Amino acid sequence: MNSEFDITKLTDHLFRREAGKMVAVLTRIFGTENLDISEDVVQDTFMSALQIWALKGIPDNPSGWLFRVAKNKAIDVLRKNRFSQHFDFSDPEKTLLQSEYTLTTVIEKLWRDDEIQDDLLRMMFACCHPDISEENQITLMLKSLCGFSSSEIAKAFLTSEDTVSKRLYRTKNIFRERKIKPEFPEPGQIKNRTEVVLRTIYLIFNEGYNATHTSNIIRKDLLEQSMYLCGLLVDNPVTALPEVFAAKALMCFHSARINGRLSDEGEIILLAQQDRSKWDQDLIRQGNDLMNQAAFGDRISTYHVEAAIAYEHCIAGTFEATNWTNILHYYDMLTAMHPSSVILLHRLTVIFKVFGAQRTLEEIESSGFKEEWKKNYLFHSLMGDIYSTTLPEISASHYDQASRMTQSEAEKKLLLRKKEALENRN
Amino acid sequence: MAEYLLIFRGGDAARTEEQKSPEKWQAHMQKWMQWMTKITEDGKFVGAQPLKNAGKVVTGTNKVVTDGPFVEGKEIIGGYLICKAESFDEAVEMAQGCPVLEYDGLVEVRELGQMGM
Repeated sequence: MNSEFDITKLTDHLFRREAGKMVAVLTRIFGTENLDISEDVVQDTFMSALQIWALKGIPDNPSGWLFRVAKNKAIDVLRKNRFSQHFDFSDPEKTLLQSEYTLTTVIEKLWRDDEIQDDLLRMMFACCHPDISEENQITLMLKSLCGFSSSEIAKAFLTSEDTVSKRLYRTKNIFRERKIKPEFPEPGQIKNRTEVVLRTIYLIFNEGYNATHTSNIIRKDLLEQSMYLCGLLVDNPVTALPEVFAAKALMCFHSARINGRLSDEGEIILLAQQDRSKWDQDLIRQGNDLMNQAAFGDRISTYHVEAAIAYEHCIAGTFEATNWTNILHYYDMLTAMHPSSVILLHRLTVIFKVFGAQRTLEEIESSGFKEEWKKNYLFHSLMGDIYSTTLPEISASHYDQASRMTQSEAEKKLLLRKKEALENRN
Repeated sequence: MAEYLLIFRGGDAARTEEQKSPEKWQAHMQKWMQWMTKITEDGKFVGAQPLKNAGKVVTGTNKVVTDGPFVEGKEIIGGYLICKAESFDEAVEMAQGCPVLEYDGLVEVRELGQMGM
């Protein structure tokens, strides 16, 4: 049973799940200024696990084993750095880490299993500190809390490993310079700061949902990890804001459909052609419950409305049964809240569904976003659809244009298929 | 506020029994934790470490090295703690809470001195 393959597979999964917890606890012990050391301890722990488990088999409680080894390694680090200037022991909670009389007792006190969720939240607030740029927040969250390697992050965000390393380096410097601590914000700040954390989590989710250039495993892990982190916000009364419930609901509705969305070959399947029996009804129910829980407070967030749109798709038994009128109504709400070029472009695709080509073209002509839309492949893809029955040559040129603009292989294949369909039609 | 050195003598021998039982050992370490936490919370903690029994002794102008220390059991220094205190009395009061006393050990309280020029 304990073949090398099994161990690697198990540790991969464990790594994602447990790495973030261990980094979060270790960071509270070592301080954010020593995040590198926390990550090294976790890395070393996994190396030990791989070596020892390969010989002795996987222990009954793998995560307990990992925690114990990481704890011992943390004690070694503290012994070596007892008098180091890079460690700040001034916090009364940490002072006694310096004495051998109390070191292990303090570690046990700080490393409490029932505190780990709070440690993760504290670390999320540190990663999403307002002084850190959005892309750096995402990078650090993936690295430190989701157990992603720099090369996996680089692949997920179509960037180089070098860029990822630089981002991490800069963020860690900010931690050091501004002395950012892993802690819950002041009560008056909770709402704003939670919104930033939520946005970062949602961006990670979106990357998993939309990015078709990465492997399925990375995509699934992005979805799983972002939903796990969002779940932590849901579970803590301090951070359980209406938009947190709504965002989690939205993620449930989206990921419910993920199995119908890509073919085994990684090709995008259009909503109209998806096998709806593959959609995960449990996740849809879960999303629905969350939507009900999200209905409090005095403000509707974009997550609420986006979740409502996703819900409409989820409950439509067939593509033809989709209630586009409702969806258009929600897009109108979104437009009123946040009139961005992207939202209006998506609204346009719904206009095309509800009112057809003529009205859509009129809306395009009268819109101030027309020039901006032209820079988005989705616009050309829509134009291709609009002209597909009337002007196939124009339609084909738009599909070509869209294909040149997207970096996603799956999108390119989809556009090619649409173009081929034009030729078959004529 | 002056600094004081609390020297723990003995007590170690009685602890070997506890070291064999994780539960008892943990309970014992918990007492150190409680005592030192109080000192830390009062802002009076400076440092503390236990010492191993084995050592070397260097003697005289010839710097002769022998295995030591020569004292045993009750006399042997098992560890130290340095703290701040308002007065000698306060330092002594702190020493009275030391867990080493529960095992037949003793605590010597000394004020840190200043060297004259």
